[in-house]
Amino acid sequence: MGRRILVTGLGTFWGSRVAQTLEQDPTVEVIVGLGVDEPTVPLERTEYVRADESYSILSRLVKAMAVDTVVHTHLVVDPSQMPAAQVHETNVIGTMNLLAAASAPESSVRHIIVKSSTIVYGCSSSDPMWFDEDTPPSRPPSTRIERSLDEVEGYVRDFALDNPDVAISVLRFSKVLGDELETPISRSLGLPVVPAIAGFDPRFQFVHETDVVRAIMFVLEQQVSGVYNVAGDGVLPWSEVASICGKRTFPIPPYGTAVAGVALRRLGVDLPDELLALLRYGRGVDNSRLKDAGFRYEHTTAGTVKTFAEEARLRATVGDPHPTYRFEQDVETFFRHSPAVVRDAPASDTDEQADR
Amino acid sequence: MADPADLPRIHEREPVTPPTTSRAIVPFPSPPEEPADPDRLGDVDEWGRSERWREIARTIYEPIYRDWFRAEWQGLENVPTQGGALLVANHAGAIPPDAPVIMHGIETELGRPLYGLADHMFRDLPVVGTLWSRLGGVVAHPDNAYRLLHDQDQLVLVFPEGIKGPGKHVSQRYQLRRFGRGGYVEIAMRAGVPIVPIAVMGAEEAMPVFAKSTTVARRLGLPYIPLTVGYLPSKFVLRVLPPVTFDVEPGQHRYSRSRIMDESEAIRTRIQDALHDMLRTRRSIWFG
Repeated sequence: MGRRILVTGLGTFWGSRVAQTLEQDPTVEVIVGLGVDEPTVPLERTEYVRADESYSILSRLVKAMAVDTVVHTHLVVDPSQMPAAQVHETNVIGTMNLLAAASAPESSVRHIIVKSSTIVYGCSSSDPMWFDEDTPPSRPPSTRIERSLDEVEGYVRDFALDNPDVAISVLRFSKVLGDELETPISRSLGLPVVPAIAGFDPRFQFVHETDVVRAIMFVLEQQVSGVYNVAGDGVLPWSEVASICGKRTFPIPPYGTAVAGVALRRLGVDLPDELLALLRYGRGVDNSRLKDAGFRYEHTTAGTVKTFAEEARLRATVGDPHPTYRFEQDVETFFRHSPAVVRDAPASDTDEQADR
Repeated sequence: MADPADLPRIHEREPVTPPTTSRAIVPFPSPPEEPADPDRLGDVDEWGRSERWREIARTIYEPIYRDWFRAEWQGLENVPTQGGALLVANHAGAIPPDAPVIMHGIETELGRPLYGLADHMFRDLPVVGTLWSRLGGVVAHPDNAYRLLHDQDQLVLVFPEGIKGPGKHVSQRYQLRRFGRGGYVEIAMRAGVPIVPIAVMGAEEAMPVFAKSTTVARRLGLPYIPLTVGYLPSKFVLRVLPPVTFDVEPGQHRYSRSRIMDESEAIRTRIQDALHDMLRTRRSIWFG
C-alpha cells in the first residue's frame, strides 16, 4: 500500500508545489490537501478540502483517510502576508490542532514534516556566525513571527517526546529565492535601488526554491527524523547580493531604522522587522547535518542569487512566463470522481487486457 | 556545475605553506574556505574577512608598523605554521594599537591569516563594525572560536584582559589585569589547539591613559572616556613565548574549572614575567 499524505496549506505557495511534486511519485497513493485558499497550480490527483485557519476539521480528515504522513507547510514566515493575529492563529493554533489529530489514540500518522524557518534563531549582534541545529538563539524572541515559530517548535518537541513512534522532521529553511516566489527580500531586490542599512554589510544565506521542495521530498522519502537546517552553501555580503542582481544600494539610517522602515512602507517598500534585523547582522546556518544524511543541494547561495537575478531579468523583458491558474472545484471534482471519465485499467484487469 | 559536496572539505585540504620570512608584503593564500564558487563576485569569506581589504590595509599600515612603531618580533618560530592556535596577548593603549600590530606582523612575517576575537559591541557599530569584520574581526563567541580553531585550523588572537587592559591608568602600566574567567583556556582545550602567549611591549606608551571619566561615557554607551594622546612612536617588541599545550581530551562538554583557572593564571604569570624581562633591558621607551 502506498503512502497516504496530507498536505496543509494547499493554497500556499509551498503547499501547492509540494503536492505537485508528490503527484509525480508513483509510491504515493493518496494526497489530500487542506487549506484556507485554493491551490495555485494545476493538480491532477490531489484532493482539496477547504478548512479554516485552525484546521478544526483536521482530526476527522486524518481518521477518515488513514493518513500516514503529514506535510505541514502552512507556517507563515512572512509577516507581510497577513495581519499579526491571523499569523498566530495559523501558526500556533493550526499546529496545535495538527499535532492533536496526529496524537489521537488510533491515529495512523507515522511521519510529520514541519516546514519551519531559521527565523527561530533570531538575529542579534551577540549571535555566533554559524548556527547549527542545537545552537540556541542568543536572545529571547523579539518579533511576533519569531515568537509564534518558537511556540510551534516547542509543541513539536513535546509531541516528539510524547510520541516516540512517530518520525518528526523539522526543516528550518533560510531565506528562499527563486523564479516564482515573492518575498520582502525578492521585492527589495527587484527595486531599482536596493535598501541597505548605512554602514552595515552583513552576510546573507539563501536556499533555492527548487531545493526547498527537494529537501521536503528527500526527508519524506527517506523518513529522516530530526531537526535540520536547509540553506545553500556559502554566505554573501548584502552588497554582493545586490551586485549579482546588478543593482546598487541606497542607505537607510542606522539609528532610527524602525522609523525609516515606517516611512519606506508608505512609499511601498515593505521591510518587516525581521528583514531590518537581517540587514544589520545577517545570519548563517550550518547545513551539514542534512548533507550528512544524504541530501545534495543543486544551488549554492551565490548560485541561488544568480539564477534569481537571471529569471528577474527575463521576466522584466518577456513578462511572467507562467500562466495564472484558477482552481475550479466542480471541474476538479468531475475529473477525479465522475464515472463518465475513462480511467486507466487497474492492475487486476491486465489478464483481461492480455487476452484481448 | 560541480556538486559542492564532492569538493574536499576544509580540513582535508593541503596545509598552507608560508613564503620565506621577509619584511616585505607578500601575497599569500586566502584563508581556507569552501572552494571558490564561480558565481561569487567578491572574496568576503564566511567570517566577513576579505583578503583584498587586508592587502590594502597591510599596504597602508606597513609604514606605521615598520617606521613608527618599528615592531620587532622575538621567538616568532613559536607560532605554528600549520594548524590552529590561539594567540593570547596583553592588551593596552586607550585605542589599542597592539591588535593591528600583531595582525600585521603575523600576516606579513609568517604568511598566515589571523582572526581577532573581540566583543560583540563591534558588530553594532556602523562603518567601524563592517571595517573591523572585513579586516578579520570576529565576535568572541565560543562557537566561533571552536569553528575557527578546530574545523578550519586558523590562527586566532584574543586579549583575555578585555576592556580592563586598555582602561589601565598609565601608573598601572604593564601590571596585567586578571585574564577573565579563563574562557580562552577552555576554548583551546575544547578545540585541541595550543595557546601561544605573546608579551607585547610598547602599546602602553603608544596611547597612555592619563585620566578617564566614566560618568559621561556611560550615558553614551561607552565604557569610559580617556584623557590620552596618541599614537606616540614607542618601540614595539613582541616576544612570542613557547606554546602551551594541554593534556586533556579535546571536544569535551566541560572541563575542570579549577584546572582552567590554574592554567590561565600560569599563562598570565608567564606573560607578566616576560614583560618584566623585556622592561629590564629596555633603555628607552621610544628607541628600545
